[in-house]
Amino acid sequence: MAAAIKNPGWWRGLFGAVAFGAFGFGLVIALRAISDLPLYQTEQTGYPHVIVPAITAPLGFLWGFGCFDYWLRWAAGLPTIPDDHSQHGAKSWKDYFKFNTDHKVIGVQYVVTTFIFFFLGGLMAMLIRAELAQPGTQIVEAATYNSLFSTHAVLMIFVFVIPVFAGLANYVLPLMIGAPDMAFPRLNALSFWMLPLAGILFIGSFLAPGGAFDAGWTGYAPLSTGAPLGQSFFNLGVQFAGASSIATALNFLVTIITMRAPGMTFWRMPLLVWANLSTSLLVVAATPFIAGVQFMVLFDRALHTNFFDFGAGGDVISYQHIFWFYSHPAVYIMMLPGFGIVSEVISTHARKPIFGYRLMALALIGIVVLSYSVWAHHMFVAGMFSWLRVPMMITTLLIAVPTGIKIFSWLGTLYFGKIHTYSTAMLFALAFIVTFTIGGISGVMLGMVPIDIHVSDTYFIVAHIHFVLFGGSVFTIFAGVYHWFPKMTGRMYDEKLGRVHFWGTLVGTWGTFIPMHWVGMDGMPRRVADYAEQFGNWNLMISAFAFLLGAVQLVFVYNMVVSWRFGPKAGANPWRANSIEWQVSSPPPIFNSTEIPRVVGGPYEFGIPGAKHAIMAGEGTEGAEVPAGEKSVVGTSP
Amino acid sequence: MYGRLPIVKMLLVTIALTVVISAVMVPINWNGQGASTAAPKIDHLLNVMIVLSSFVFSLVMVMLFYALWKFKAKPGDESDGEPIHGNTRLEIAWTLIPTVIVLFAGGYSWKVLDDIEDPVKDHLTGSVFSQQYAWSFAYPGKDYVWSEGELHVPVNRQIQFKMHAMDVIHSFWVPEWRIKKDNVPGITTTAIVTPDKVGTYQLVCTELCGFGHATMRAKVVVESPSKFKEWVDGLEQKLPEPYMDVLKEESVTNPPALGAGGA
Repeated sequence: MAAAIKNPGWWRGLFGAVAFGAFGFGLVIALRAISDLPLYQTEQTGYPHVIVPAITAPLGFLWGFGCFDYWLRWAAGLPTIPDDHSQHGAKSWKDYFKFNTDHKVIGVQYVVTTFIFFFLGGLMAMLIRAELAQPGTQIVEAATYNSLFSTHAVLMIFVFVIPVFAGLANYVLPLMIGAPDMAFPRLNALSFWMLPLAGILFIGSFLAPGGAFDAGWTGYAPLSTGAPLGQSFFNLGVQFAGASSIATALNFLVTIITMRAPGMTFWRMPLLVWANLSTSLLVVAATPFIAGVQFMVLFDRALHTNFFDFGAGGDVISYQHIFWFYSHPAVYIMMLPGFGIVSEVISTHARKPIFGYRLMALALIGIVVLSYSVWAHHMFVAGMFSWLRVPMMITTLLIAVPTGIKIFSWLGTLYFGKIHTYSTAMLFALAFIVTFTIGGISGVMLGMVPIDIHVSDTYFIVAHIHFVLFGGSVFTIFAGVYHWFPKMTGRMYDEKLGRVHFWGTLVGTWGTFIPMHWVGMDGMPRRVADYAEQFGNWNLMISAFAFLLGAVQLVFVYNMVVSWRFGPKAGANPWRANSIEWQVSSPPPIFNSTEIPRVVGGPYEFGIPGAKHAIMAGEGTEGAEVPAGEKSVVGTSP
Repeated sequence: MYGRLPIVKMLLVTIALTVVISAVMVPINWNGQGASTAAPKIDHLLNVMIVLSSFVFSLVMVMLFYALWKFKAKPGDESDGEPIHGNTRLEIAWTLIPTVIVLFAGGYSWKVLDDIEDPVKDHLTGSVFSQQYAWSFAYPGKDYVWSEGELHVPVNRQIQFKMHAMDVIHSFWVPEWRIKKDNVPGITTTAIVTPDKVGTYQLVCTELCGFGHATMRAKVVVESPSKFKEWVDGLEQKLPEPYMDVLKEESVTNPPALGAGGA
């Protein structure tokens, strides 16, 4: 037992969580005791004896689990333990439950963890649709309903869509640029382990007195500043998810900028790398805003600061400005990596170079720049300074231009190609083009102030965000998972089941989210547990399709789990793709390759005889000699 | 190389599809009954967008399905496609044309926005109070009179609502008027509307405000000026103290609409 506490791992993690949690709790109680205050402050928004341990216990777990060990020893001047790479790579399934610094292990950890949250969030969506199948109250009360849709959105956004892209990129991006790992492997592991903690805080809020947070994922003040304890769990969970996301983005930026294989210029990077470069630029600059604004809410709640207290000179609308200054870029954080995935999949399966590669990369950068200038389009009816509406409308509409460039370029890529549709990944990528076009069109309509005034905060919005987030982001996530499944597991998934999953998802998505546009325009507000009789039939139909959509995801789980264990072995390059990750074995060797590849051409040179993207180790060195200094490979990260 | 594509046929199919989708969608009254002077303008803007969007959607569909039909690989064909990397003229076209379309949409929206928010001198002012989970309304006269859960307004006259939230944010929406505005605690927001059809409508709260949000409704009655006067005269309750205080503190932080000259 003593050894278990001494060595980093689950036992010491548990011990750390308990010890740090007890320390936080004791600190609050002691300070209150010496200040002659009642020991437990249980006013609705107070509970310092819960909030402080909710901060310290996760940190204690991270310490105990070993996330900080190397840095702490180094900072304290202790001899650091020489890195023998025992924390690198996975020899058995048990290694996935350890602090591991291998980007491929971390990638798998990310994807599996985030999919667990996807299914929990999906379960909540099923409950929401069950309640909404008929007008009136059936299975959950209004207050519980508010908690359900709030938690659903928060799980999907903060611990599924944003991090699952980080997970997929974690796995494939270093391989794609010919790097042995990410730039900061320990930071990478820390980023991952903060994520389940965020998810646990979000879900754990259901146990708090007063129930889970129920002010929507937007958590507008002053509804959130006065909400029960669960809201504080949201404020804190966002900190962990946000810190995870920022650290990963920094890691990607440094990795992409400094660790590309020799010869890989910016204009030779696959578009997935471009997409993650753009996304990371958004994350590092925008995410601090949501972290900050959630701290402000937490301080208003627990420390009686008055940021948003209108009775004490606070400004209610400023919450929305700060929130959306993150949360609008966040929709691109949730979409740009998907654009990257779709580019890889379509080019490979159409056997064609990406049409207008440079403009595709520039369009990503254009979206990054524009996305910082559109946030107030979420606030056209919020009572903000009204002149702000027109410039925000114009920038919002203009963002359709780089997005349109991407759609047309993907279509252009298909022309004069040899389109293969045997892969489920390609089906999702093609369907994404269609559903995302619809979501883009409704987005342009929402960008127009007069239309937005009518449909703002109605089911039209719900329809729009699900078309871009489910029909958009989630379709690309499925495309990515199917596309790189053989690479990650070394096995093939079942294409027949993949097709069942694809068609069920497509029909379910359209059947669920298309009619939502109609009921919204016709007068049904969003975030309601009950609604007027006239929308009853449509909602019943929406729920029926939603259940289909939910059920067919089980086919996906079955396919993934069974194929991972029993699927036929996949070769190194089942899709005959060009990028570097397909030139190594499936799954790739530890440190990705015995020698750093040399990049000699663009990533999508299909149809050009003899053209090559990269020369791998062991292939003849025709072309150029590798300078001796560039040959060393294995794990030299400090 | 694009001479090899039946561009004219593809465009014709796109236009035909646009016409069919528009012909089906434009006649449908998506936003429901309209009952203000803003409603037909917003609905017309929507219809213009439906036609433009149908064109964009049809174009994408025709491009996608033609490619899938024409360039699908034969089973067993392992060869690659043609190494076409792009076409500068085409790329410029699909950058510039959408820019023109969205700028047109933006300009048109701006004009409609100016139109529907154009304040007139001879308007009526009404006050809206929202709190969890009820609406109340005050009518200025020699004194403020007050009604709870039921708003009356005269037909064919512009009304400027001054809105106040007493606790959390609520939002004022009468779908038939196509007008929505948040009520924000601490500040006064304004909504301008000219009802033009006599009838009874529903006021819906559209900003999540707590467990009673879904049922936070009020009745809206649009009636002839004489009936409206009769109704206001019949109101006996004066505006209660806390609301009066809010009115006295009224700070118009929401500036007048564009074109009204204020800032």
